[in-house]
Amino acid sequence: MSYNAFITRETIESDAEGPLADKTVAVKDNISTEGVRTTCGSAMLEEYVPPYDATVVERLLDAGATIPGKTNMDEFGMGTTTETSAFGPTDNPAAEGRVPGGSSGGSAAAVAAGEADLALGTDTGGSVRCPAAFTGTVGIKPTYGLVSRYGLIAYANSLEQIGPIAPSVEEAAELLEVIAGPDERDATTREAPWASEERAGDAREQREASGDSYADAADGDVEGLEIGIPTELLDGADEEVVETFWDAIDELEARGASYHEVSMESLEHAVEAYYVIAMSEASSNLARFDGVRYGPTPDYEGNWNEEFAAVREEGFGEEVKRRILLGTYALSAGYHDKYYKQAQDARAWVKQDFDSALEEADVLASPTMPVPPMERGESLDDPLTMYLADANTTPVNLANLPAISVPAGETSDGLPVGLQLIGPAFGETEIIRAGSALA
Amino acid sequence: MTAQAAESRDLAVVIGLEVHVQLETDTKIFCGCSTEPAEEPNTNTCPVCLGLPGALPVLNEGAVEAAVKVGKAIGASIPEETAFHRKNYYYPDLPKNFQITQYDAPICQDGVLEFGHEGERRSVGIRRAHLEEDPGSIKHVREGTESLEARTCSIDRADYTLIDYNRAGTPLMEIVTEPDFRDPAEVRAFLEKLEEVLEYLGVFDPTRDGSLRIDANLSVVDAEDVDADGEIDEDVLEEANRTEVKNISSHKGAEQALSFEASRQKKLLESGRAVAQETRHFNETHGNTVAMRSKEEEKDYRYFREADLPPLQVSDWKDEIEIPELPDARRERFQAEYGLSAEAASKLTSTKQVADFYEQLAREYDADLVATWVADNLLGELNYRDMDVTDIEDRLEEIATLVELVAEEEITAKNARETVLRGMLDDGDDPKTIVDREGLGKTSGDAVQEAVEEAIEENPDAVEDYHSGEDGAINFLVGQVMQKTGGSADPGEVNGLLREELEG
Repeated sequence: MSYNAFITRETIESDAEGPLADKTVAVKDNISTEGVRTTCGSAMLEEYVPPYDATVVERLLDAGATIPGKTNMDEFGMGTTTETSAFGPTDNPAAEGRVPGGSSGGSAAAVAAGEADLALGTDTGGSVRCPAAFTGTVGIKPTYGLVSRYGLIAYANSLEQIGPIAPSVEEAAELLEVIAGPDERDATTREAPWASEERAGDAREQREASGDSYADAADGDVEGLEIGIPTELLDGADEEVVETFWDAIDELEARGASYHEVSMESLEHAVEAYYVIAMSEASSNLARFDGVRYGPTPDYEGNWNEEFAAVREEGFGEEVKRRILLGTYALSAGYHDKYYKQAQDARAWVKQDFDSALEEADVLASPTMPVPPMERGESLDDPLTMYLADANTTPVNLANLPAISVPAGETSDGLPVGLQLIGPAFGETEIIRAGSALA
Repeated sequence: MTAQAAESRDLAVVIGLEVHVQLETDTKIFCGCSTEPAEEPNTNTCPVCLGLPGALPVLNEGAVEAAVKVGKAIGASIPEETAFHRKNYYYPDLPKNFQITQYDAPICQDGVLEFGHEGERRSVGIRRAHLEEDPGSIKHVREGTESLEARTCSIDRADYTLIDYNRAGTPLMEIVTEPDFRDPAEVRAFLEKLEEVLEYLGVFDPTRDGSLRIDANLSVVDAEDVDADGEIDEDVLEEANRTEVKNISSHKGAEQALSFEASRQKKLLESGRAVAQETRHFNETHGNTVAMRSKEEEKDYRYFREADLPPLQVSDWKDEIEIPELPDARRERFQAEYGLSAEAASKLTSTKQVADFYEQLAREYDADLVATWVADNLLGELNYRDMDVTDIEDRLEEIATLVELVAEEEITAKNARETVLRGMLDDGDDPKTIVDREGLGKTSGDAVQEAVEEAIEENPDAVEDYHSGEDGAINFLVGQVMQKTGGSADPGEVNGLLREELEG
């Protein structure tokens, strides 16, 4: 059956020899592909065909990958269920009738259904990890600055990264290897500062010494690994999710890891801070879609502002309009200090809390999502509940850290549950090594 | 307005400026596109300056260097770290509907620019100067069959609007002054000086269309609120309603717009009416200003940090950026080093190009002669033709050749200016062509010698007269030689040569 994982099925071939020569890699539809339309799941960009490739697309093609198409997503990445897409919802191959998570739901569903070997998603507040958790796949959100965003159509540019989704940790790591690394077209990319950190973990030293790839780190060796578990990320989570989470932690412990609980008070405020920042940035990033060059061009009468408003009213979906309005409000004179500035302060606090927690632990662990995949249609009318489902993933974006979601097991109903492992900045090898013990 | 009302208040004008200067760089501020004006619209563009979805800005270091040079020239403080913000507003010439600019961390703060006005030294504070990207340009057009130029019109009569993104992303520097101006003429003098300094720094091309754009804030206060040093209490300024005049694009326009605005506000106040706090548009054709929008309608730009550009550390870098000798210093040095008068030094340092040209020639030839040639002859003839040095910048080699001909006394000064220089400027010929064509070259020694010998041989009677002591005979022979050489020989020299030959 079709899961509606793709918005556009158009194959982009590559003749290059490379590590992905025999692989298909589905690409989320907010990543620019030259000559192949890139819609962001929005009617506004239904006919937009980019004249250039995103850096990650260039790197995929240079590595020999075949791109089988562009995957479905919540409109502009704004959602946790892939139901806000203008191209219809995507079903969950691992739990039919339920949402595949979002916003990279099409990418995760394509991998889970075997319609692509691998996929690229983007993660602004959990959009790679959530669908990985809901579809029983692996997803990595890289450290901010590890992967070039050039060609990624921005939702919230200070938060998002492109990341791999794959059936296993090793395959996700192989794909990360291909897309990672500085890009002169993205000034926020950096070379991973392996040696410079005072807290260089074993994995990092090993990688530095041997020049091993990310995939080599997927050796399942967690002997001596110290795991910190932020209690705030278990509070309020679904009981069965929590149980499955602890089963996974027990397994890691059985293989030589140890854990301790840690309290991170700032996390209570992370979702709020995240949404204020993400919406504020979105209100600016999406301003260019005004009908002059993109979107429906009906023959409106009136001045420019009236025409812009009419085009945006028609071209954007409800959730996008809600976030643009809230973001515009948060940045406005008189409210800027109360919302945007305070959210930035909270962001700094979250970063600090993670830094402290990671001084005592190699990685931090939590359920990726506090709930199992929802029934389709269940959460659309209740945006606040949907936002709160991002409680465990958004803090990682605020702190610019890397995190991986690996399958932790299933609920008694057979619904997938994901385990999230968070590492220090540029500590991808550590979360890959730890995650590979489970998947 | 009654005479009584006019007398009842003594008013003073307060002006502050926001000057937008296009910085001369090879490429745009956030992408690799050329900043050269293009023939075709929308050709010097790429995903970045078109604001295509997914494209990201990367800062051009050349623009930062240019800005640091400006900062150094105006003695501004340049912070350790500078950062970019987004200024959000919707306008069709703005590809992203936000402009990347600087907000709370500008690259230059607290500078000062000194200039001369009515024989006095004036100095105006520069509050800040920051980098930003230029929007595209738009053209309002009527339907019709005539040429596009002919159909270009004002927005209210237009059927549609064309957008050209070639200009989008050109680096701009916005220079914000303190409200230190007390008179529109002062503004003009300041702008002239500012342009001179920017040109000296090599960061500005005044000939480029739209390279200088000025917004001016003007308010009128009671003269008694201005103290002896010209300072005005901040509360008074805060309270006075001011207008912002936009669309000024020249020094002259600035003086004109602000003179109009000053007298408009004075008249309102003198007749007991209030000045509305508003933005006004300068109409260069009519020399007046018209209301655009009131302050209440002004936009909230919702500034916030541009996360795509990490904060830039300029602290260690700025020390490596050097600036050339500035006009004031050069003027003084010219007087001391070449013994020039203040007036000549001033003329010769009016632009860096002129000063460099003078100095290049003065090192080779007599400094006084070169000064006369460049300051009086060249600039004078250019001025007469409404031209300036930039119009002949590719012909400076030829001018140098002409000066050399004069300095080496190959042609007379009079011929050099009246025939050669004017011919060069009017007909575009090179100096040697004109000299040859007009036979202006002082004839070379060999040819004169030949003519002398011929004259003696052909005129035995005159030779005889000379030997018998008749002095007039030599004059006859000189005349013969001059005739043979087409008047280009030096009569004194001919006289000497003849005597030598006749005595020998």
